Amino acid sequence: MSLLVAKGLTKTYQMGDVEVQAIKGADFVIEPASFVAFVGPSGSGKSTLLNMIGCLDHPTSGTLAVLGTDIATLDRSAAADFRGKNIGFIFQDFNLVPVLTAYENIEYPLIMVQEWPAERRREQVMRLLKAVGMESQADKRPDQMSGGQKQRVAVARALVSNAKMVLADEPTANLDHDTAYKIINLMKKMRDEFGTTFIFSTHDPKIMSEAETIFTLEDGHVASTNHQEAAHV
Amino acid sequence: MFDVLKIAGRNLSRYRRRTLLTLLLIIIGMVAVLLFISVTGSFKSMMVGQITDSVLGHLEVHRKGYVASIDTLPMNLNMKPGAVAKVEELLKQDKSVETWSPRVKFGGMFSNFMETTSIRVNGVEPAREAATVPLLRGRMVEGEKEGALVEKGQIVIPVLLARGMKVKVGDTVVLVATNRDGSVNGKTFVIRSITEGISGPGGRDGYIHIDDARELLRLKDAEVSEIAIRLNDPTQLDRVTASLKQALGTTSGKPPGEAPGQMAGGPGNSDGKPALEVHTWADLSPFASLARMIDLMTVFIKVVLVSIVLVSVMNVMVMAVYERIREIGTIAAIGTRPSRILSLFLAEGLLLGAIGTVLGTLLSLAAIYGINLWQPHFAFGQQQDLVMAPTIGMGQVVTVALLVMGVAVLASLQPAWKASRLDPINALRHV
Repeated sequence: MSLLVAKGLTKTYQMGDVEVQAIKGADFVIEPASFVAFVGPSGSGKSTLLNMIGCLDHPTSGTLAVLGTDIATLDRSAAADFRGKNIGFIFQDFNLVPVLTAYENIEYPLIMVQEWPAERRREQVMRLLKAVGMESQADKRPDQMSGGQKQRVAVARALVSNAKMVLADEPTANLDHDTAYKIINLMKKMRDEFGTTFIFSTHDPKIMSEAETIFTLEDGHVASTNHQEAAHV
Repeated sequence: MFDVLKIAGRNLSRYRRRTLLTLLLIIIGMVAVLLFISVTGSFKSMMVGQITDSVLGHLEVHRKGYVASIDTLPMNLNMKPGAVAKVEELLKQDKSVETWSPRVKFGGMFSNFMETTSIRVNGVEPAREAATVPLLRGRMVEGEKEGALVEKGQIVIPVLLARGMKVKVGDTVVLVATNRDGSVNGKTFVIRSITEGISGPGGRDGYIHIDDARELLRLKDAEVSEIAIRLNDPTQLDRVTASLKQALGTTSGKPPGEAPGQMAGGPGNSDGKPALEVHTWADLSPFASLARMIDLMTVFIKVVLVSIVLVSVMNVMVMAVYERIREIGTIAAIGTRPSRILSLFLAEGLLLGAIGTVLGTLLSLAAIYGINLWQPHFAFGQQQDLVMAPTIGMGQVVTVALLVMGVAVLASLQPAWKASRLDPINALRHV
C-alpha cells in the first residue's frame, strides 16, 4: 500500500474578502521508506502541502489518504492521535522545549503523547540518542547546543514514537551548508535504519539533490516529479 | 501524571522571578488566613469557654417568658417542681448531657450595715453548680477555693461589689429580698470568697446556697428559676437543644403526653402553648454576636485570599500561555491531544497552588508555635491578663489548603483552555 495518495488536492484560504488558492489540484503518490523533497519558490504551496500531509490542516477539496486514512475524516483529537502514532515533525527553528535537556526533549512525545512506561522510554530514548550521535550531550539543554546538535535532537524526537513518516519543513534553513548536509545524511541514515519515510521541503538546490524523489511545486501545482539517484557529499 | 507534574515544574522554573512572586503572594495570603483563623478561633473558643464553663453552662431551660424579662428576674416565672422533674428525667436519658445545675435567681439588696446596693444572686446546689460551670471555682480571687463552692450561711460576691462596698472575705453582710407576695425578708451571710468579673450575663452575680435562697424568698416548693446544663461534647449542642425542645414541646403547640395547659406538672399555659423554653449559651450571651462577627470576618479574609490566588495565578498562567504559543504549537503538532495540553497547564497552576500552600502552611504553623512560646497577654472587657494561645485544627488547615489549590486550578482553567484550543499551524507561525 502506498504511504500517501493525493488526488485533485486543493486548499483555499479566505484572507479578508479575498480567496487565496494555495494548492490547485495536486496529484501525487509517495511510497513507504522513500526520501522525498517538495521544492519550489516561496509561496508555491510547500508548507501548505506539508501541513495537510501532517494532518494539521484539511484539504478544501480532493482527497489525501495517509496510510490509508482519509485525513478529511479526522477531527481535532483524532488528528492529534493519528499524528502521535504515525507522523514525526522536524522544524526549521528546531522547536525544542528550552527547559528540557536533549534526553528529555526526545522523551517528551513518549510522555505527553504515547504515555510509555519509564523503562521502555529510557531504552527508546537511549537508542535514538545513540542513533543521532548525541549520547554524550544527553544532559545539555538547547541553549547549550549548536544548531546542528539541536536539529539532531529534533530528528531523534521525530523518530522516537516509531513514526512511519517524518515531515521536515525547511529543516536546514537555519544551518550552515556542512551542518545541513550532515543533517540530511542523518535523516537518510535514519530512513535506512528505521524504514521511515522522510518528506522535507527546501529551496536549496544542493540539499534537494540529496532527495530520491523531488516534487517541484509551482503556483500550487505539482509541476514535475523527478526520481533520481541521490547525490552524495 | 507524575511526569506531567515534573514537566509542569520545569515550565514554572523557566520564569523564576514571576513564579517566586506568585508563590510569595500565595504564601502571604495563606499565613494571613491561617493566623487570623487560629488567633480569632482561639479567642472565640476561650471566651465561649469562659462564658459556658464559668456562668451559663452550654444551654439553659427556663419557664416560657422568663428570658424575655430576665432583667427583672421574675419569681412568678419560676419552674415548678413537676416541670423540673420532667426536665431532669429527660436530661438523665441523654448521654451527651454531663450534668446540670438548678438555680434560683433573684435580685436583692446587699448591705454592709453602712451602705446598701443592689445585687443579682444565684441560689445554687454547690456541688452541681461546680460540676456544671467548672471554671467558676478558678475565678475565685480571694477566700476559699477548695471544698464546697458555698456553704449555707455563706455568700460569694463579685470583686467589683466587694471593692465598692469595702467588704472582704469573712465579713458579715445582709441580703434583703422581696418575695413573690411582695413582703421583704432579710438574712445575714458571711463572705466566703470573692470572684473576678467576667464579660457577659451573670458575670457579676453573687452565689448563695439554694436552701438559703428559698428561705430568703420564702419559697414553699422546690421551684427553680433555671436549669443550666453542661454537655460532655459541646459539638452536640444543636442536637441536644433540638431534642430537648422536641421533648419539652417547645417547638410544637402542646407538650407530648400532656393535656393542654399542663407541662409535666408545671405551670402550663391555658391555650396549650409550650410552658418551657430552651436556650443555648449563644441565645443568652451578647458575645455570640461578636463570635458571629469573627466568623464573618473569617469569611471575608478567605475571600481576599481567594482573590489574591485567583488574580496572581491567572496572571502568571496567561503570560505563560502567551509566551509559549510556538511551543504549544509544537507539542500539538507532534500529536499531543488538546486534553493533555489542558492538563499540562492545569498542572502548572496546581503546582503553584500546592507549593504555595505547603510553604504557607509551614510558615503559619511556625508562627502559631512562636506565638504560643511568646504568650502575649491581653485584656477583654472585665477580664484582664488573658493569654493568647492560638491553635488551629487540621480540618481548618486542610480546608484552606484545598481552597487555595482549587482556586489555583480554577485560575489556570481559562489560560489552559485557550492553550488547548490553539490551532497548531497558527501557533507554529507565531513570532
